[in-house]
Amino acid sequence: MTQTSPLTTAQTGVLVLLRLLIGWHFLYEGVIKLYSPGWTAKGYLLSATYMESFFHSLASESMISTIDTLNIAALLIVGVALILGFKTQAASLIGVGLLLMYYLAHPPFPGYPLGPAEGSYWIVKKNLIEAAALLVIFLFPTSVSFGLERFFAKKEIQTQPN
Amino acid sequence: MATDKKLFAAFSRRDLLKSLAGVPILGAVWAAGIDTTKKSKLEKDFWLEKLNIKASAPPASGPMSGAPLRIGLIGFGIRGEQLMRALGFATQEWMESMAKSAQEDPNDKRLEDFLAQENLNVKLTAICDIFDVRAEKALQSFNTEANPCKRYENYMDLITSGEVDAIIIATPDHWHAPMAQAAIEAGVHAYVEKPMTHTVSETYLLREAVRKNPGAILAVGHQHRQTLSFLTAQDAIAKNTLGHISLVVTNTNRNDDNGAWQYEIHPEASPETIDWNAFLGNAPEVPFNTEHFFRWRKWWAYGSGLSGDLLTHDYDRINCVLKMGIPKYVTASGGIYTHRDGRNVPDVMQVTMDFPDFSTGSSQEEGKEKGMSLVYSATLGNQFDRGTVLMGHDASMELGNILTIYADPRSTKYQDLIKEGRIDPQVPIYQYDPTAEGVDAVTSATAKYFANKGLLWTYRDGKRVDSTFLHIREWLSCIRNGGNPSCGINEGFDEAITAHMAGLSYKTGRKIEWDPVSERIISLPGEDLDAILLDNSVA
Repeated sequence: MTQTSPLTTAQTGVLVLLRLLIGWHFLYEGVIKLYSPGWTAKGYLLSATYMESFFHSLASESMISTIDTLNIAALLIVGVALILGFKTQAASLIGVGLLLMYYLAHPPFPGYPLGPAEGSYWIVKKNLIEAAALLVIFLFPTSVSFGLERFFAKKEIQTQPN
Repeated sequence: MATDKKLFAAFSRRDLLKSLAGVPILGAVWAAGIDTTKKSKLEKDFWLEKLNIKASAPPASGPMSGAPLRIGLIGFGIRGEQLMRALGFATQEWMESMAKSAQEDPNDKRLEDFLAQENLNVKLTAICDIFDVRAEKALQSFNTEANPCKRYENYMDLITSGEVDAIIIATPDHWHAPMAQAAIEAGVHAYVEKPMTHTVSETYLLREAVRKNPGAILAVGHQHRQTLSFLTAQDAIAKNTLGHISLVVTNTNRNDDNGAWQYEIHPEASPETIDWNAFLGNAPEVPFNTEHFFRWRKWWAYGSGLSGDLLTHDYDRINCVLKMGIPKYVTASGGIYTHRDGRNVPDVMQVTMDFPDFSTGSSQEEGKEKGMSLVYSATLGNQFDRGTVLMGHDASMELGNILTIYADPRSTKYQDLIKEGRIDPQVPIYQYDPTAEGVDAVTSATAKYFANKGLLWTYRDGKRVDSTFLHIREWLSCIRNGGNPSCGINEGFDEAITAHMAGLSYKTGRKIEWDPVSERIISLPGEDLDAILLDNSVA
């Protein structure tokens, strides 16, 4: 992917930082779940307060192990991609999808039960903000400046005839 | 080739750094994740090893092979229907309503569970109910070509018919002992619902009958003895995890009509469809009334209120885990505070059972290991779940279908670990949840109350099983393969005497004492304990 960067070095730097931090968060969540054999999203899905029938169907006997595997895989893929700087746009969209699912299962809508939370929320909560941040990552790709894609980008530039 | 060379030439060290700088971050985060999970696993293994509590299932009861056992049922009411399903017989009406319910809620597995239930190799050959509607309902569903089933109007005719090997008794309390005794004396096996007896004297008579007829197997319907977490709790106690238990608190909290014994009155009930005199039996003669017939738990003449219906469950759960036997002293108080509807049994009741010489072991110096109170506290006007807690010097155990143990901040046994910061008294040191892999759809408030107490179902190999099914299966296995039921005459004797002591204390307002040597409840000169227990005047 080529980009004609209208951004200053500092702006790019901050975007890279944001990408790394979100990648870090996804990766750690994925690794913890990967190495905790008893972990399952069942409780989270069954306690959904919104779109219950959808989330309950994901938690059903026939679905749950697939859902757990997909969830862990998606967390790891997004985390690895954002940190390494490879296919970050696809990873950002997967991340947004995951975060919106987490958000919609327990949304802090007015009148909905909040459940245990580390802060006070009204409509907006942290995973929604993280999803919005991923949209920024999607729209301002930085992996050519910092990441594996720099490798390919350079190659592309070099191999193009002048 | 030329371009390749150019590529490398243009790719500076700086570029390489910017391309691959993510790799060490990836490695660091991944390693940190592995480290965290490893540490928590080590901590968990440390505790499991230290506490060494075995969450093992009991040996399954024996095979159900051989000729089918012929079963007779007395009492096809609410409990009778449940017992029949545990035996493998469900009414058409129930099957249809469950199929509908499962369609509406995919989590409702009641029909699926029933259909998957093991065949116990029995025939339901006889049924006795003195309400025509119920008897006919049973016959309609159960009297088939494959399973000929006959109605008997009188329980003695059923017992002596020669058509039954064993009977199940699900009648009002005042009929439990007379029927069980008649069956045992006739050499017919009996499964009797709790409380085992309705009076003190019946308790001795039934025990005598069972002792004299060892060939007939008696089981008392405390199905929670099959609950996996209670068996795990027994092991935790045996390993002295809690230290000296000085107090056990257990409760009943219900706040619905069904929980307050306001059972439905059938519209077709009348002196023509009900054999009223057969219902009364040894109870005082009163004119026919449907309130007494359907809601018999509300009167001492037929039932025994909180002490017989619900304290018995809680007492036996603790007796199953601790095996502390009959209390030395029982004091009770309470009243009719939530349902002033003409009933004469209390709907709020507190019972303290004292065991001054009982010990669960100790971690302290000698002399501090004896004595325990069991407090049962009940109301039918609130359903806040207070849980059952066993409180030891070293740890507290919450006992339900889930078992949780918390170290006590002042424990002697765990004091070093608490000092080292390896124990946070707020965090359980052990939790056993056989439901971790399963989902439970609990339908009503009363059902939830029972489920939490391990009274509805338990787990085997991670699968949900009806506790009553396992309990009946155990009884059938003892009949077929020998052995003693987990709740036989001795456990039933403890349960019945304790319940009667609670009833007596409530009625007399006095501390009731048990003499373990003569095995008698100590009475005042000239006092007739059974007359006091059965006294129908409102306190």
